[in-house]
Amino acid sequence: MAGSAAMYHAMTSLGFASASPYKGPIKLNGDPRGASVLILGAGLAGMTAALELRNAGYKVQILEFNDRAGGRNWTLRGGDSFTELGGFKQTCEFESGLYINPGPWRIPYHHRALLDYCKRLGVSLEPFIQLNYNALIHSSRAFGGAPQRIRAIKADFQGQVSELLAKVTQQGKLDEAMTREDQEVLLQALRSWGALDRDYKYKANLISAGFRGYARDPGGGLDAIPLSGDPLALSEILKSRVWRYLQNFANYNFQTTMFQPVGGMDMIGKAFAKEVGDLIRYNAKVTRIQQDDQGVTVSYVDTADPATVQQARADWCICTIPLSILSQLPVDVGAAMKSAIDAVPYAGSVKVGLQFKRRFWEEDEAIYGGISYTDLPIRQIAYPDTGFNRSGRGVLLGAYLFDGANAYEFTAMTPAERVARTVEFGAMIHPQYRDEFENGVAVAWHRVPFVLGCSGDWSEEARATHYRDLCQIDGRIALAGEHASALPAWQEGAILSALDAIARLHNRVMRT
Amino acid sequence: MRAKAKIAFIKIAVVMSLALSTAASAQDKAQDKAQDNRTFSSGYRFVEMTGEELFGNVCQGCHMPDAAGAIGAGSYPSLVGNRNLEASGYPVYLVVNGRRGMPGFGDMMTDGQIAAVVNYLRTHFGNNYQDVVTARDVRDARR
Repeated sequence: MAGSAAMYHAMTSLGFASASPYKGPIKLNGDPRGASVLILGAGLAGMTAALELRNAGYKVQILEFNDRAGGRNWTLRGGDSFTELGGFKQTCEFESGLYINPGPWRIPYHHRALLDYCKRLGVSLEPFIQLNYNALIHSSRAFGGAPQRIRAIKADFQGQVSELLAKVTQQGKLDEAMTREDQEVLLQALRSWGALDRDYKYKANLISAGFRGYARDPGGGLDAIPLSGDPLALSEILKSRVWRYLQNFANYNFQTTMFQPVGGMDMIGKAFAKEVGDLIRYNAKVTRIQQDDQGVTVSYVDTADPATVQQARADWCICTIPLSILSQLPVDVGAAMKSAIDAVPYAGSVKVGLQFKRRFWEEDEAIYGGISYTDLPIRQIAYPDTGFNRSGRGVLLGAYLFDGANAYEFTAMTPAERVARTVEFGAMIHPQYRDEFENGVAVAWHRVPFVLGCSGDWSEEARATHYRDLCQIDGRIALAGEHASALPAWQEGAILSALDAIARLHNRVMRT
Repeated sequence: MRAKAKIAFIKIAVVMSLALSTAASAQDKAQDKAQDNRTFSSGYRFVEMTGEELFGNVCQGCHMPDAAGAIGAGSYPSLVGNRNLEASGYPVYLVVNGRRGMPGFGDMMTDGQIAAVVNYLRTHFGNNYQDVVTARDVRDARR
C-alpha cells in the first residue's frame, strides 16, 4: 500500500476520515473581481451554487421555472394546489400539519454534504424509519394473501437458512472448506444468529419467538407466560420471493440511521431560499442558452407572458436544468456535451399520499413509522415517522412506485384514479382503508411540468461513454444536478455536483 | 435496475370496480378508455398486449389520453397526425431505444407488444398508415 493510502486507511479505521467525498464547507479562495454567474434552476444544486458563489464574491442571479424554490425538494400540504401536465389539477385537502414529500423523503447518514447544509441552514432533523420490524411484508400469492410481519419473515428466513447450514456443517460437508475449529465457531454463530435451539433446529419455541415475535406476548400476573407461534415454511418464503424485500434494510443507501427534516422535506429548500431567495427570478422558462468568448446569454420567457422573450447575461453559467428538458433546448455547447445531454432517459415514479380519519396503523396494528412492502402495484406503504401515538387524523404514503411497469401504469391514470386504485389495493393489506379513508393526492413524476420525470436514469453504457463529457465545463457553461452525479435521484448528488462544478469553475476564473 | 427485467412476468390482471370519489378536479374526467378495464403488470415488464391497452397504460402517461402531448418547462410531442409516424421504422426505433428523456421500452415490451402499440398509433389519432408492423420487424430493429 502506498504511503498516503496507508495513512488514509489508518485514519479511516480510527474514524478521523470520512468515506464521503464531502470534506466540509467549500473554500473558494481569491477575489473573482466582480465575475458574474447565471444559475439556471433553483433546486438544491442551483441554490447550493448560488449560496457559495455569492459568498465567494461573485455576482449571482438565478432563473427558476416554478413560482417557488426547491425543485424536486418539495412537500404537499393541505391547501396546496398542483397542476400536472395535461391540465389535471389537484388541491391537497390534508388537515393542517399533515403532508407528504412527493420527491425525496429520506436522508442517509452518510450524505454528509446535505446534512452539513441542514446544520448550517438550521434545518431540524428527525429519524426517518426505514426498518420497522412490526411493519408488513405482503405477497398476494403467498401465505393465503395475509400480510406478514417483517420480523417474522426475517427471523424465519434467517433461522431456517441457519438450520440448513448447521446441518451440512454437522454432516461434515464443509470439511474441505473450513477447519474443524472454525466449524465449531460457525455452529455457535448460527445458533446465536438464527435463534436455533440446542440441537441447531429452528422451531416454534420461545427462542425463535424472541426473534420472530410471540403468539402471545409476555405479560403480568396470572396469564403472564408468553406463547410462541409457528414459523412460516421456508419453502413458502422462498417461492413467494418475499426475501427480496430484506434488501431494503441491508442496502448501504437505506441503512439506519436515516433522517427527514421536521415538518417536511421542503424545509431544506425553504432554508436555502431564505439565503438566496433575493437572487431568484421566478416563473422564468428558459428557451435558449448561448455562449461566446465573453459570456453566456440565456433567453427566457415569463410563464405568464410566453410571447415576450427576455434575456439574462453573465460571464459564466451553472445550468441545473434536468436533462429531460435541457435536451430539448437549443444550447451552445460542443458535440460531446450535447451527446451527453441527450443520453439520459428519465425514470418514472409515482407517490400517492392518503389521509385517514385515524392512525389505525398505530391504534390497531402497533405500526409506528417505517415501510410495508407488497407485490401489489402500490409496492410500498410508508407510515408517518412523526406525530406518533396521537389521536386524530393521519397521512400515510399509500404508494411509491419507482421505475418498472407499474410506475408507467399509474402515471397513465388521472390523479383521481391513482388515488382510488391506491385505496383499493391498500385495503387488501389494511382493510381499515375502506372506512377510514378521507382524501388523497397523487404525483406522477413524468407529468411534473418542471422536470418531466423523476431522475436521470443512466445506463452503465451511457455513463461510461458520456458522464465525463456531461460534467466537463464547456466554454463558460457547467452543468450540475443529480444527473451530474454518481448518486442519481439523491439530493446529495445534486449538492455534490454543484460543489464540484463551482470549484472547477472558480479555478478557471482565478486563472483568467 | 436492469436486473428487474429478468423477473418473470405473470399476468395478474387485477380488474376492479372504481368509485372515483377523491379530491381531484373535473378535468380528471378527460377521456380515458383504459380506466374501465385497467391491467396491472406484476414485474418489470408490461403484461398489456393490445396496442390500445399499451397506449392507455403506458404512452398516455406522457403523450396524454388524446395523444396531443403536453408543454411544461419542456414538452412531450403530440402524436396526432404526426408525419414522423409515416416511416414505421422510426416509431419502432423510438419505442425500443427511447430518445433523449424518453425511456426505451425494449426491455419492458416484447417484439409483439411494440409492434402492436406502433400499429395502434399509426392508425389512430389522425394517423392512417395502413402498412402493418410485424413482430419480426421489431426484432430486426433491435439489432
